[in-house]
Amino acid sequence: MTAPLTLFEKVWRSHEVVPETADTPAVLYIDLHLIHEVTSPQAFTALRERGLRLRRPDLTFATMDHSTPTRTEQVFGGAPIGIEAAARQVRELERNCEAFGVELLGLHDARRGIVHIIGPELGLTQPGKTVVCGDSHTSTHGALGALAFGIGTTEVGHVFATQCLLQRKPRTLAVNVHGRLSAGVGAKDLILAIIGRIGVGGGTGHVIEYRGETIAGLDMDARMTVCNMSIEAGARAGMIAPDETTFRYLAGRLRAPQGEAWDGALERWRQLPGDPAARFDREVDIDAAALEPMMTYGTNPGMVIPVGGTIPERTDDPVFAKSLAYMGFAPGERIQEHPVNVVFVGSCTNGRLSDLRAAASLLRGRKVATGVHMLVVPGSQQVKREAEAEGLDRIFIEAGAEWRESGCSMCLGMNGDLVPKGHYAVSTSNRNFEGRQGIGARTLLASPLTAAACAVRGRVTDPRELI
Amino acid sequence: MEPIRTLRSRTVVLAANDIDTDQIIPARFLTTTSREGLGEHLFADWRYGPDGAPRADFVLNQPQARGCSILVAGHNFGCGSSREHAPWALSDFGVRAVVSTQIADIFRNNALKNGLLPVIVEPGAHRWLIEHPGAEVTIDLGSSALTLPGGETARFPLEPFARYCLMNGVDELGFLLERAAQISAYEARSALA
Ligand code: SF4
Repeated sequence: MTAPLTLFEKVWRSHEVVPETADTPAVLYIDLHLIHEVTSPQAFTALRERGLRLRRPDLTFATMDHSTPTRTEQVFGGAPIGIEAAARQVRELERNCEAFGVELLGLHDARRGIVHIIGPELGLTQPGKTVVCGDSHTSTHGALGALAFGIGTTEVGHVFATQCLLQRKPRTLAVNVHGRLSAGVGAKDLILAIIGRIGVGGGTGHVIEYRGETIAGLDMDARMTVCNMSIEAGARAGMIAPDETTFRYLAGRLRAPQGEAWDGALERWRQLPGDPAARFDREVDIDAAALEPMMTYGTNPGMVIPVGGTIPERTDDPVFAKSLAYMGFAPGERIQEHPVNVVFVGSCTNGRLSDLRAAASLLRGRKVATGVHMLVVPGSQQVKREAEAEGLDRIFIEAGAEWRESGCSMCLGMNGDLVPKGHYAVSTSNRNFEGRQGIGARTLLASPLTAAACAVRGRVTDPRELI
Repeated sequence: MEPIRTLRSRTVVLAANDIDTDQIIPARFLTTTSREGLGEHLFADWRYGPDGAPRADFVLNQPQARGCSILVAGHNFGCGSSREHAPWALSDFGVRAVVSTQIADIFRNNALKNGLLPVIVEPGAHRWLIEHPGAEVTIDLGSSALTLPGGETARFPLEPFARYCLMNGVDELGFLLERAAQISAYEARSALA
């Protein structure tokens, strides 16, 4: 009898081209390599310099999202991309994909979007696959039971040339979530609470598997939100065992297996969940029923409290003090009722249809408070179309928010969508690092529901007051 | 890649914990399509004032930092984005090793591939280093040890394969390319499965 294995171990094992030894890391095969304009140019250059070909263009897939504009006139209207260096990056990706035979969803493609939204949406991401991308939030794809992790540009080059990576086997961490999330509390609050609990370095060297009946009860969009922020706890990857919810989500998607191939795939996918007796290197238990809407108050995602909570006091911690000074907060202060200048709904964390629905549910028939700039950016062009078909765009626009084309937008300050210096931005993205959303920007990470509530009141608000 | 065996330098200290790659190199500098020249933007938002002038109170701008190739940083260095621009910027600036009590996974991987040493030491030695900026230390790869000026040594973990690559100037891609036959065999096997 073989030893009981976790989900991660099953996927890892089936992708070992050469297993690891004491002296050498494993050679791990990669089933899907997603690329984008920011972390690929130098890898293509490396291929050219060494005269190498791209081994599996058929397993490589490109989109553009990070530096692309979200203003309709710049995407479709023929107006030039505002930032010249970004325009150059976009052109270079087009040239590279053409030269090496990689399928690219170009700026005008109806299927384009944030790389971590479109992988699952197109059915490219599948249970049991190994998925990599030169982007740390590749952990998102683990929500479908894939082993998915971010890599650097040198490694992008390795995958180009060999479809493999040299990897040491990470350790495993089970995060067991039990209990029912209460109304107004969602996947974003859950993952923020998990990061607050284990810390921004708490998952380092580990692959997290999220388990328990709370996780099993989440829909795919919510599972992706959870796995997305695994990296914010320092984890290599986050995974959720595939189940009927996963299969229903994938059935009929453009690149998912069809017909007989689908039946075969289902049979394989059903073998993937971890064996009951499998052991993890570490386990953490979370009580979902006790959770409240969460918000960050500092400059890393682990600095998080319930919206109604109080900023902790940590004397003798100059780093903590510096972080609060940047945010303009004081220890012992409450964040609730603090004025808000900007609200951003979008990103690979919360740019999917159900996120937009949540925000719209709160904005319906209401107005964004005067003086608040609200930006709603769908995670992909498909999400945009689906949202428009339901009339969500009208709700946002009538409330006074801006409705844009898909992209990373205000999640990171490199495409022109910026939070002004010193402004407070309630953001559904994943990082509140200093300067992440613009020089001097003060980010408060929260769920789409909380973000919408803050937009309506112009102040930090517990969404349960408005639902 | 140039082989590295030992590194001797004075240290420069950035004591903050959780220094993320958005601080090391802010996103607006990622629109480059080459690896060169990023040192200029290293820690840009900490190093330069709003007028673009270097801030005298930031340690990397101070005269004693000149020529230092070992950066001692707080716990959990390099967390956040996978941007390899972070180790590129550090290397371009002249940093050859980063010493901390924890270094984020992706950053550590990226650093090793660019000949930048991630050196993880235990809290005691780390505290001493944080408290003694400018100390002259030696990092020896063969023995995986960092030697303090007084002669005490702090061992650090270094994966044997990474050590082999660093000490011999071997690049991983070459190693992977030599496995082409095994990779083809794997592909044939999994196509049948
Ligand atoms: S939305 Fe933000 S976190 Fe996600 S891929 Fe884009 S920049 Fe990265």
